[in-house]
Amino acid sequence: MSTRTNRTRWNWSPLFFVGPFLLLFSVFVVWPLISSLILAFQQTYGPGTTIWVGFRNFSYLVSDVRFWTAVSNTAIFTLGSLFIQLPVSLGLALLLNHPKLVGRAWLRLIFFSPSLVGLPFVAILFSPIFEKRIGLLNVALHALTGGWWNPEFAWLQEYVMPALILAALWIYAGFNMIYFLAALQNVPKELTEAAEMDGCNAWGRFWHVTLPEIRPVAGFVTLLSVIASFQIFELSLLLLNNIGGESDRGLTIVMYLYQTGFITGDLGYASAVGWVLAMVLMAITLLHRKITKAFDED
Amino acid sequence: MTVKRLSLAAVYVVLLTYAAITLVPFLYMILGALKTKVDFGESLFFPSGEGLFGVAWDRLSLDNFKRLFLEFDISRAMINSIFIASVHAVGSTLLSAMAGFGLAKLRFPGRSLVLGLVLASLIIPGPLLLAPGFKLLYQMGLLDTYAGLLIPGLVPAFGIFLFRQAILRGVPTEMVEAARLDGAGDIRIFFEIALPLVRPMVGAFLLISFLGGWNNFVGPQIILQSPELHPLSVALNNLRGTYGVDYTLVLSGTVISIAPVMALFLLLQKEFISGLTSGAVKG
Repeated sequence: MSTRTNRTRWNWSPLFFVGPFLLLFSVFVVWPLISSLILAFQQTYGPGTTIWVGFRNFSYLVSDVRFWTAVSNTAIFTLGSLFIQLPVSLGLALLLNHPKLVGRAWLRLIFFSPSLVGLPFVAILFSPIFEKRIGLLNVALHALTGGWWNPEFAWLQEYVMPALILAALWIYAGFNMIYFLAALQNVPKELTEAAEMDGCNAWGRFWHVTLPEIRPVAGFVTLLSVIASFQIFELSLLLLNNIGGESDRGLTIVMYLYQTGFITGDLGYASAVGWVLAMVLMAITLLHRKITKAFDED
Repeated sequence: MTVKRLSLAAVYVVLLTYAAITLVPFLYMILGALKTKVDFGESLFFPSGEGLFGVAWDRLSLDNFKRLFLEFDISRAMINSIFIASVHAVGSTLLSAMAGFGLAKLRFPGRSLVLGLVLASLIIPGPLLLAPGFKLLYQMGLLDTYAGLLIPGLVPAFGIFLFRQAILRGVPTEMVEAARLDGAGDIRIFFEIALPLVRPMVGAFLLISFLGGWNNFVGPQIILQSPELHPLSVALNNLRGTYGVDYTLVLSGTVISIAPVMALFLLLQKEFISGLTSGAVKG
């Protein structure tokens, strides 16, 4: 194609295809990002009135006890999903990948089904399950442990984070399993068979053959689930009926952002919280990239 | 060989136990919705009585559902949910596919910049945009409207990314070039060649975004103030706020909120799962 035809027949069609994205992206992502940066230095009373406060939002944040409660709750939840939920997902995927298994499609469907249920509905379903005394979980634990478990265990009053970790396990274990299973099905059978012939046991095959093969996907799933866990909000908000729970035991970072922004009405402080969260998430993403690179250079 | 058979049996035991754990809350929900308030307090699953297997089958009824529709007019929220989820699904699938096609098959100045924007916006945390987005909708006068709820989410970066991958892999460039030589315009090539070739992805993304719209809570909760605009997620949460102790009523609300998306998923599950994993594995 010569430059002349380019000039005489300017092709507008790329704009038709990409234009809607560019327009909506500029208006509803770029502009709010800029405005949230400005808002983070302001105090607001609802969306109408604003006062410039400089760095005071951030300096207040450092000594804000409720913010740190939210950070530590969120961290506990994230550790729970990393060290409980992901191993369960991987374990289910490994078992489902057993070559002689019958009914794999059905089991996969069952494990996956909770992730179709929206968080508002999960929260409503789980609030009676976590009830004291009559709640399904306490009654079941009481029966299974032969009466050792105390049915008055206060999931939604005292042990909110463990309750959230359990609920999230029910929702997401089967979802992440789908990714692990897809990765496992791409591991060449010859590799594991060769290792087996060399006298490698099941654990050795997993550690030396399977895990290195699925590492890229495992890394991706881990990153996604850390990022999502840091943003946990709806589950906690709705399970605790729109409050932070007794003594803020269920308060998470985004829940705090939501409360300050939309209940107290200070969109400025909420934006400051949002930027701190964004910085943490970007740091995690960069760290993940560094680790991935270090592995690839090995 | 016996060791192997034993280990297969252990695999079944673990998998079936986990499957049971997964299904128990669903059973609990369905039975809870069918029970009376008294029976809900007294029995975990089936109410005990004189009937077959010691279950009082005659005390299970659809009364809670009737109350939802007659006393609380839940059908309005249901129609709202269907409307919101359908518009979101069709709009975001079409616009994501268009942008994905543009980035995969068209050459234009700034293409790599646009691709960079798409990838960058994948890592912007949604909550960061909550406060300024609300302020913007307020200034545009779009609060408490479906336009304010739906327009900002019409071209998700995630969708563009998935469609670009699918089109790069599934639509041969020679085919596009050949059609162009035959005098077809880009719009025709998109609708008549590219879209049919990535049909599985279209199905998967329609379902993904329908689910997203149906299950969205924070968006409608913040943006829509009028109760007559509320979808099921918000309406049910409000119902729980007022009738929270009446678990059987609230559980019947969750049943009617979950059942339609479950049915949809069962119809389209193959495409859904392949679409979900296609971006991640072998990406």
